[in-house]
Amino acid sequence: MCTLAHVFEAAGLATLVLTPMRRIAERMGVPRALYTDFPLGLSLGKPADEAFQTQVIRSAFELLKETKGPIIRDFPISISATDSEPLQCALPARLNPDLHPAVDEAQALRAAYERAVESSKKTSVGMRIDAADIPDALAKFAQIAQGEHWETLGFSAESIYGTVHDIRSYYEEVACELAAAPIAPWATEQWFYEQTKAGEVVLKARRAMRDQQVAQEVWFGLAPAGRQ
Amino acid sequence: MSIFGKDEKAIAKFSETLPIPEFPECDFNIPKPLKSAKVAIVTTAALHLEGPGYELGDSDYHFESLSSAARNLKLGHHSVNFDRGGFAADINVVYPIDRLEEMADRGEIGSVAENHYSFAGNQSASVAEIRLDSGPACAKKMLDEHVDVVLLTGT
Repeated sequence: MCTLAHVFEAAGLATLVLTPMRRIAERMGVPRALYTDFPLGLSLGKPADEAFQTQVIRSAFELLKETKGPIIRDFPISISATDSEPLQCALPARLNPDLHPAVDEAQALRAAYERAVESSKKTSVGMRIDAADIPDALAKFAQIAQGEHWETLGFSAESIYGTVHDIRSYYEEVACELAAAPIAPWATEQWFYEQTKAGEVVLKARRAMRDQQVAQEVWFGLAPAGRQ
Repeated sequence: MSIFGKDEKAIAKFSETLPIPEFPECDFNIPKPLKSAKVAIVTTAALHLEGPGYELGDSDYHFESLSSAARNLKLGHHSVNFDRGGFAADINVVYPIDRLEEMADRGEIGSVAENHYSFAGNQSASVAEIRLDSGPACAKKMLDEHVDVVLLTGT
């Protein structure tokens, strides 16, 4: 963002950067930046809060009144990444006990996923696989968790990473459809890795890969840094 | 170890130590009054329409055009270290297109650009490609479309 701001100003445009990383904006001498102390990923602070988002944009636009830069101003409201309530989002009961619990769970959530896509008109699933492939992908992670080598299941380093992106997107979009309350920072990530069978099996597979001495660059990105 | 995206100290250390390109000069343009300005969004969240999107890694410096009518966007930023639940709930938390349209309807801004642009946030360490190639190309498109103000958002 900061590089692009310089490039665009050099071309003749006026720019405003919304950044959660004040020091980077300072160090790069960004022409105009509004420092937003919000969790990474939440540029406008609060999803589905039109008044708050508008307040952020208006604060950024205020910077256009300045006649000299670089200038950084702080948005007055901070949002913590850690002090929100856990997501309350019920998971389906087991339907088919012959399936791995994560596979059964993903299949049972398909209708909710389709409703989520219908209501939001979007999905981020599709980097590597489609929604219909999610249960089979989780079956592969279950095999890795049980000791199967990841490459024998047809994964490449890129495809296993993209597949987890799709699994997580599927579940996070489901969570947004099923949750009764507004989506708090990191709530869907926490729900996925700590509450769902899918998150559990992805973390188990990640640990199994680590224990098998698989190159860290392959398994590390299957969950946020710091998650075990 | 705590989760990176929730760890303020880790993020602060990252912000302090990340190698950054130097910009010895800071161009600073004063646009026309906001009430008559055309505003575009440029995001580094790697948003894209249905299709190939962005490559993994730090070498994809291309940009995507997003028409102002498009809402069926995919989040192509592949890092696992930011909160994606917000975007899943509401694209405006990353890409505030509806908020800009409301502001245009109220007369707070002149107009919303016909097209907006998306880059991948993860770039080569030198950022030479977006500095010399795709960044200037994107700027030219916006100038050709008579954009005055660019709101930059990321993930």
